[in-house]
Amino acid sequence: MKLVIAIIQPHRLEIVRDALLGIGIEGMTVTEVRGYGRQKGHKEVYRGAEYTISFTPKLKLEVAVSDERAEAVVASIQKAAHTGKIGDGKIFVVDLEAALRVRTGERDTDAL
Amino acid sequence: MINGADTTWLMISSALVLMMMLPALGFFYAGLVQAKNILSVLFQTFAIAAMVSLLWFVFVYSEAFSGSGAWIGNLQAAFLQNLPRTAAHPGTSIPESVFVMFQMTFAIITPGLIIGAYVERIKFGAVLLFSALWLVLVYAPVCHWIWGGGFLAAWGAMDFAGGIVVHLTAGISALLAAWFLGPRRGFPHSVQPPHAPWMVMVGAAFLWVGWFGFNAGSALKAGSDAGMAMLATHLSAATATCVWMAIEWIKFGKPSLVGAVTGAVGGLATITPASGYVGPEGAVALGLAGGAVTYAAVLVVKRHMKVDDALDVLGVHGVGGALGSLLLPFVTGLGLGGTPLARSIGAQFLVQLQAVVIVGIWSLAATVAIIFAVKALAGWHIGREGEIQGLDFTSHGETGYHSAG
Repeated sequence: MKLVIAIIQPHRLEIVRDALLGIGIEGMTVTEVRGYGRQKGHKEVYRGAEYTISFTPKLKLEVAVSDERAEAVVASIQKAAHTGKIGDGKIFVVDLEAALRVRTGERDTDAL
Repeated sequence: MINGADTTWLMISSALVLMMMLPALGFFYAGLVQAKNILSVLFQTFAIAAMVSLLWFVFVYSEAFSGSGAWIGNLQAAFLQNLPRTAAHPGTSIPESVFVMFQMTFAIITPGLIIGAYVERIKFGAVLLFSALWLVLVYAPVCHWIWGGGFLAAWGAMDFAGGIVVHLTAGISALLAAWFLGPRRGFPHSVQPPHAPWMVMVGAAFLWVGWFGFNAGSALKAGSDAGMAMLATHLSAATATCVWMAIEWIKFGKPSLVGAVTGAVGGLATITPASGYVGPEGAVALGLAGGAVTYAAVLVVKRHMKVDDALDVLGVHGVGGALGSLLLPFVTGLGLGGTPLARSIGAQFLVQLQAVVIVGIWSLAATVAIIFAVKALAGWHIGREGEIQGLDFTSHGETGYHSAG
């Protein structure tokens, strides 16, 4: 099993969700996060003064999938989250050791 | 002889002006600070409102409005002890009780305006002691000089609703409070931006409406003066809003909400001293000047003087109030609807200039003394650790925003 962790632009969430639904991914967890990469934040102007917002708002998606589906999930997130502008985000994939559905006690791929 | 219509209008105006403090100014300022300081700002407005009301009852009303001394009132009305239910305030047709209440709301919001300078880094005890001393030593005397029959009234200084008494005094003292407190961490380049611009708009919107009570109520009766003051107030706010919007649009390519609503407040402060004396054309002229000059003033204080008057009290209120007071003689005659001056434009300008300079110097000198007293008695800066943690938790043990669950 793999855990796909994607950091995306907040306004791409609905598009990414639709894309994942389209390939049969039924669940995900979304967290509001802040951070920066090469984008190095952005500037906002209030009352004529510039403020540097170094940690810009992003969303972090976590999707647990079986090994064979991981590549398709990564590809469809990239396609859906892509705008071509700096700040589009990153996708990480890590090995997932175990999974358990709290309600039934099912384990691993049955729990996904 | 008490008049029902006049009394009604002044009671409504008193409520409107109190609303300018609770919650309008609270929202206007709280939206501009960081999330970890929202409660401290709201609390400062609430606590100052309560404390000033009691002081007003105890002796400050008397200090401002009892007797006709050149410098200061007397204590004959302390504890509002001579307040017969049916007495009319001299020279008006409203009950004395309503006059006391109406003026009290001005005394409440004026020290409240200064909050904008010291937010995010001051001790709560220092806020209370500073506000109390400031009310007694700056607000009440200046109020007496101009509205209580003092020497500036005798000289013919014109300040319809508080450009000098309210906005100039608060603006000057705010600059000093900010100066003596030092800047917030990270000023000027990495200060955190406003945490809730929408809240700034809500506050400014309530201020705009409340200002009808502030300015049109200052006619002290219902009727044509109050009506024209309301129209003038509204037009100046609208004009200054458009000016800020235009400046930002040209300069940055995008007009901002925070900028536009700040422009409205600048326009309101600018029209305040002149609101009862100008017609519609004069009001628009003051709105144009007020919008442009307060925009420049905000930049001058922050960028050139490098004083962290955090929420621009001097730039918006002090400069707006002084500007309106000084331009007043030149704009009352624009179009119809203004009132005639008692002397030539030049002579009136000189009186206005003297009033602005004298009040400015008094505010400056008294505030310096007050700050030293507050530092010695109540402390002053919250300390770097407290500032980083935020005043909500450090001073009040509360948190403005909790996460889900």
